[in-house]
Amino acid sequence: MNTPNDPMAEIRATFFVECEELLESLQDGLQSLENGETDDETINVVFRAVHSIKGGAGAFGLEDLVEFAHKFESVLDAVRSHELAPDSAVLAVLFQANDMLNDLVFAARNGDDIDKARSARILETLATYIDSEDASDDDVPDFTPMTLTLDFDENSDEDPADPKALPPLAELADTADGMALPESGTSGHDKTQDGSPLNGFVIRFEPQDSLFASGNEPLYLLRLLSEMGEMSTFCDASALPSLKGLRQEKAYLAWEIILETDEDESTLREIFDFVEDVCTLTIKPLEHSDILAMETRQSAKRKSIGKKPSAGEDTQQSSPKAEPPANETDNIPAPEGQPVPAQNNPAVVPADNKPAPNRPKASKTKPTVRVDLGRIDRLVNLVGELVINQAMISQSIQEAGLQANPEIDNGLNEFMQLTREIQDSVMMIRAQPVKSLFQRMARIVRETSADVGKTVQLRTEGETTEVDKTVIEHLADPLTHMIRNAVDHGLETPQDRRAAGKPEEGIITLAAEHRSGRVIIELSDDGAGIDRPRVLQKAIEKGLAPENAELSDTEIDNLLFLPGFSTASEVSNLSGRGVGMDVVRSAIQSLGGRISIHSVPGKGTTFTISLPLTLAVLDGMVVEVAQQTIVVPLSTISETLMLTPDVIRSLGTGASVVQIRERFVPLLDLGAEMGFRAPLESYVGMVVLLISLEDESQMAIIVDMIRDQRQVVIKGLEDTFGRVPGVAAATILGDGKIALILDPVDVVENSGTGDTDIPTNLSLAG
Amino acid sequence: MSLNILAVDDSRTMRDMLKLTLGQAGFTTHLAEDGEDGLAVLENLDPEPDAIITDINMPRLDGFGFIEAVRKINRHRGIPILVLTTESAQELKTRARNAGATGWIVKPFDPEKLVRALQMVTG
Amino acid sequence: MTDSTENLQTNEIELLTFRVGDQEYAVDIMSVREIRGWTSATPLPHAPSFVRGVINLRGTVLTIVDLSERLGMGTIAVRERNVIIVVQTAGQNIGLLVDAVSDILSLPLSALQPPPEVPSAGSNSFVSALTIVKDRMVRVLDLNSALPCEPLEAT
Repeated sequence: MNTPNDPMAEIRATFFVECEELLESLQDGLQSLENGETDDETINVVFRAVHSIKGGAGAFGLEDLVEFAHKFESVLDAVRSHELAPDSAVLAVLFQANDMLNDLVFAARNGDDIDKARSARILETLATYIDSEDASDDDVPDFTPMTLTLDFDENSDEDPADPKALPPLAELADTADGMALPESGTSGHDKTQDGSPLNGFVIRFEPQDSLFASGNEPLYLLRLLSEMGEMSTFCDASALPSLKGLRQEKAYLAWEIILETDEDESTLREIFDFVEDVCTLTIKPLEHSDILAMETRQSAKRKSIGKKPSAGEDTQQSSPKAEPPANETDNIPAPEGQPVPAQNNPAVVPADNKPAPNRPKASKTKPTVRVDLGRIDRLVNLVGELVINQAMISQSIQEAGLQANPEIDNGLNEFMQLTREIQDSVMMIRAQPVKSLFQRMARIVRETSADVGKTVQLRTEGETTEVDKTVIEHLADPLTHMIRNAVDHGLETPQDRRAAGKPEEGIITLAAEHRSGRVIIELSDDGAGIDRPRVLQKAIEKGLAPENAELSDTEIDNLLFLPGFSTASEVSNLSGRGVGMDVVRSAIQSLGGRISIHSVPGKGTTFTISLPLTLAVLDGMVVEVAQQTIVVPLSTISETLMLTPDVIRSLGTGASVVQIRERFVPLLDLGAEMGFRAPLESYVGMVVLLISLEDESQMAIIVDMIRDQRQVVIKGLEDTFGRVPGVAAATILGDGKIALILDPVDVVENSGTGDTDIPTNLSLAG
Repeated sequence: MSLNILAVDDSRTMRDMLKLTLGQAGFTTHLAEDGEDGLAVLENLDPEPDAIITDINMPRLDGFGFIEAVRKINRHRGIPILVLTTESAQELKTRARNAGATGWIVKPFDPEKLVRALQMVTG
Repeated sequence: MTDSTENLQTNEIELLTFRVGDQEYAVDIMSVREIRGWTSATPLPHAPSFVRGVINLRGTVLTIVDLSERLGMGTIAVRERNVIIVVQTAGQNIGLLVDAVSDILSLPLSALQPPPEVPSAGSNSFVSALTIVKDRMVRVLDLNSALPCEPLEAT
């Protein structure tokens, strides 16, 4: 949502998006480490993730983040260099740090306060894994935001050249191969005679071979020096061999420079910052005698050049004394390493430069574009309008009663096809793997298990399953609560597990998959299963179930979803949040989803959440009931059939069933159920939609007729009206009218009919 | 002077920042996401860029490997390569230098200094 | 209408008046989004009797409230000239089904009187003020209480 004219804000937004990705790879990597995949690349990925977060954070001055990431990185560096083995103790710390880093990133993004105490605690723990030497080696102050300092003081401390400082130029003169013999009384340079103090330096700059190998160019450095003040240079070519012996990669020349400048030495050294380790550099304050000596040598050189014209002229490195820079450039031939005309010479890459074979884990990320979610939403809405519009046109053409016209038909078909494809593509933009959600849950497992003193392993399956972003966002809260429950109540204490002959470590499995146009998310634990007698007793105490109620196992399990069924008495500090499974269920329902429970005593409990792939469109069957048009989600219909007298069986009490092959399925009159009409005397000739419920049971819903089967755009009702029983949402049909989208399972649950697993009295309790 | 720069960094944030910084200085920036990508981009750039900026810690081919590979290509032997690093540790500088780096910029970089450094190494 | 803001500054109010049954009601014109002809609404199952259903208002779902039923005067028998006044209240749009729109009035605020304290709640509890225009009593509707911002959820 940043304005385009604030590029830094945009990059900042990019940074946080990238952080999310990095945090994801970090979490993945740590998970892999935990699973024993301790190969170098895995560790590298983990290291790089933290490293990149640190780098970006530094750029935005996020100091808390930088400091934390830095320490974290140092520990990871120790792991990377095999100084520290990632055993379970270390991993526990790394996971903690991972969680903290997550928090710091999000706090930084939202400008929230951070838990300094916790951060400090973890930093302290991290510090115990870093030997002090490492810690001080690359210290945090380097990351002070936006203040890159090519710091002279620090560098000079490390300067390897210092010990070999060369004698002053004046003394050098004697040893300079006779090229710079002193000559007295050279032309009047006022300053040489002047007694006033001089501002400036005497510099000897002697490149080593590696200076050229690293792409540095002495000429550029000299030019920069010349820009600092008045400069005179003496090129010491004493080391220059005969032409035959010249090797292009060797450094033969040295420069002696007198620079008169008001700048200080650190500014001057900055110029040599990149080359300090590949040259011998001495800098001393300028004295009058230096100027004298320089002039002497320059004139001597002029003479000597006259004698040896070939020397220096033919070498790439013969950088003459500093004259106006512009002229210099023109005169200098290109170094030999410079490009040969490229058009005639396609770059020949030596075989050993071939990219290393891809490591599977470090696969290159596909190019992506960041798009504001609001824009996608708008696109989704527009495509929705397009779908409606297309339906309207089809309907109008039909109603116009035109003669069969293949061109119109084909065109219309193509239009439908295209609309559909656009729709699918747009939906895909919004789809996201559930991975990020699962990762968040991993953290909840870690935190909760630590709080209640249990060891829990989270296993995830189907992380790449894609679901609409909105669905994922809305799923986080209910899932968090369910995970907490699973750790807190689902799993037994370590002692109980031991007693039951189970490993102390409990296992929670979070799995996602696509199944018949919906997303199924399963959360299982290998705990003790639901304590049914206790649940039933509790429900009776709270008046949620009649005394002496005889309920099936499934019915008892479903009591957990009832509002007012709180297990507060047995709940540890974690739960007292006043959120029960009823809230979880309504959250799931508001997403058009359903939740069911399956528990086996001693083996564990599984919650199954079934969700639509998207909240925007739906494949539906358009049916008519008592003059009303209703859309039934195709995914819920397993079969349709016409009611003939021979398949209807009355159960006497007004309830009827339909015989489908070997089964009797309860019949439900939708028109009556929705309050559109009174129940009919006979349903012969009407159509039933066979609905499969989550628990595998079936229900036959009676409608008047089937009109069509098509994709519809989902329009929420909740904003304007709240939840309507039996209705999932609304849509707009081709004639511009609104049709309701049925939630068949909800209809069945509300009807209290037939062999659903929800007892009548219970469903009314809500 | 307008320069052609190849910037190699695996972090999108950094690439964006480099592009912005260099763009504001009037430079043309070519981006690559890691060392291998950098080599591929470099191969297709004609004429060769005036200078290269590269990160060190990258997947597939890291900065050191990238620089070494560039230096082995005859026509790129003399190209200035600046290393972007969050560390000022001498060891890293030495490794970068041994690989053939021309100079280094410590992250977070000061845009002005980055531009100046580029101007310096390209003359 | 063009100078409505000016009117506000000069302590005037503009009201849209309409008829429900044989009574005259009004709403502040600032809360009116549009007025549209009647189109049949899709009924919502299990909805309160004053909710006629939902209609398509340019791609969004609009809930229609039968104002007559809401005010306890029985459902409106819909005819061609019935209109829907789309009003915005508590951040959402709601359609009011009324018998007919009458007029737009510009009144000084001082012309509005508080409704008399009538013990029987009835429709009066939805009225925020009264005024007399040409010997007719006009009741200014209190949208927030007539259309509770809590969704009109079925029980």
